[in-house]
Amino acid sequence: MSKMAASSGRALKSFVQGCCGCSSVILPSIARNVILQKPAVTVLARLVCTSSTLQRKNIAAAGPEKYTQEFIKKQIEEFNIGKRHLANMMGEDPETFTQEGIDRAIAYLFPSGLFEKRARPVMKHPDEIFPKQRAVQWGEDGRPFHFLFYTGKQSYYSLMHCLRFIQLLERILALPYCSIEEEYIQRFRRALEVQSKKQKIEPLQYDENEVAFSIGEGRRKTATATATVRDNGSGNITVNGVDYLLYFPVLQDREQLMFPFQFLDRLGKHDMECKVTGGGRSAQAGAIRLATARALLSFITENEVESMRQAGLLTPDPRVKERQKPGQEGARRKFTWNKR
Amino acid sequence: MAVGLLKKALPRLGLAVPAWPGVRCMTSRLYGTAAAQTQIHQPDNSVGSDKILTEPLKHPDFFRLSELFSLKDLFDARVHLGHKIGCRHRLMEQYLFGCRLEQDILDLDQTMEHLQQALNFTAHVAYRRGIILFVSRNRQFTHLIESMARDCGEYAHCRYWQGGLLTNANVQYGKGVRLPDLIVFLSTLNNVFQQHVAVRDAAKMNIPTVGIVDSNCNPSLLTYPVPGNDDSGPAVELYCKLFRMTINRAKDKRRQMEILYGLKSQND
Repeated sequence: MSKMAASSGRALKSFVQGCCGCSSVILPSIARNVILQKPAVTVLARLVCTSSTLQRKNIAAAGPEKYTQEFIKKQIEEFNIGKRHLANMMGEDPETFTQEGIDRAIAYLFPSGLFEKRARPVMKHPDEIFPKQRAVQWGEDGRPFHFLFYTGKQSYYSLMHCLRFIQLLERILALPYCSIEEEYIQRFRRALEVQSKKQKIEPLQYDENEVAFSIGEGRRKTATATATVRDNGSGNITVNGVDYLLYFPVLQDREQLMFPFQFLDRLGKHDMECKVTGGGRSAQAGAIRLATARALLSFITENEVESMRQAGLLTPDPRVKERQKPGQEGARRKFTWNKR
Repeated sequence: MAVGLLKKALPRLGLAVPAWPGVRCMTSRLYGTAAAQTQIHQPDNSVGSDKILTEPLKHPDFFRLSELFSLKDLFDARVHLGHKIGCRHRLMEQYLFGCRLEQDILDLDQTMEHLQQALNFTAHVAYRRGIILFVSRNRQFTHLIESMARDCGEYAHCRYWQGGLLTNANVQYGKGVRLPDLIVFLSTLNNVFQQHVAVRDAAKMNIPTVGIVDSNCNPSLLTYPVPGNDDSGPAVELYCKLFRMTINRAKDKRRQMEILYGLKSQND
């Protein structure tokens, strides 16, 4: 079937070969009509037949009438003349009559008892009343202005033709006299708030022996912990007065305790003493980890704070036990399904 | 077979005029019934405009496009390389020279003829100030093709093709939009290795198409298929260069002719 279509196309071509007399030009505004000028050979033209009723239906389905440029211009002229009339009526100077003056005049001349403010009589500039329409994207001869017009999203796709857009913008801002174009470029930037500045870093406190220490608090699930991290230590950790090796027999919990120190490469340099209540084994470990991380904030630089935040050491874990629902055995588990 | 006969017959008859000389004035997007046909007189009253439009049609190669490329150029740009045997399309067998180590080789003699005709037609469309739209869904060459289109002053669409762009143009773009007068496919397949929707839509809207067909493509719906490689870098760069040069030549020629005949009609 495709071959038949192709051969009929070729047949048409041979018919059309002899016709060299057609010399008229299509006018874009009359795209629907046929423009013929003395064809030398009667040509079997392929007509897409539409009846007049169909055409009428299409026009009706086209949508509301758009406002033309001339119509809006006339409206603006009428508005300006009306403004001057109003000014004269109110006894004010037509040259310096502002929008507020217009509003007051209208409210005075047309008092309305309506509650809905938008239903009251209003006189505004036509640009604010008539909805903005897209300017016509093509010239008089019908050729679109933008070379990517037929994609539909011309401005979006044309970004990539601005010579490695983002790299260029960054480079411009790095140059010495960038302040000239900085404003233009900042329009394309959205300021990301620097998260790390939200961390409250407590200042270091000093002991009687002039040893620096810091206190941090942490919570996880139902466990609360308070940790005191001292400087010039040798890596001793005491939990509720007991050595951490005895308090946390499981390796996983001890690893959680050590993670903040290990991340900052300060394993053997600090002493830690903490008190923890509530929760279970791993909840207490998590709470102590958060508490030590917060306590260590006072000892380190800002970049290290940012890297700790990105590692997730400073984020409290929001997970808690989900409540049980009625009609179910647990939070998610349903009762055993019986067929009968 | 009828197809082959007719194609061979055309150059031999000496009527190497492009197959659609008056496509823009005659059959493009005919919507009206017989009652709706209107006779509109020529926009310019002088004889000069008539001459401008008819003069190129009297010469087989008015824009001298055969100088732009040679068989050796096509060979160096690896245009003759096709896909493997398994991907071969039934209708492309006529364009194949042969097959070597399970890879299809396209016949460059046929490619030369087809490319000559296609470029000639493109030049005539550009001469008559037609809108040319370059389409390709090969992401490797999107930027190249869009830059080439921008340099020529023509249009490109190398992105996702929305359904009703040609067939539902009045809704998509606005009333009174002018559709492309020629669509050039630098690759007729889309990302899923199916035929690009635009081929079928152009046939529906009576828009002539020029397309580079590889050995896995369907050449039937295109008006001017050009068998050639659409995947290699050098090949696509060669095509871009050729199209850019033809369009620029055609536009320059148009300007020359306007000046020439404009002066003549003033003198007369």
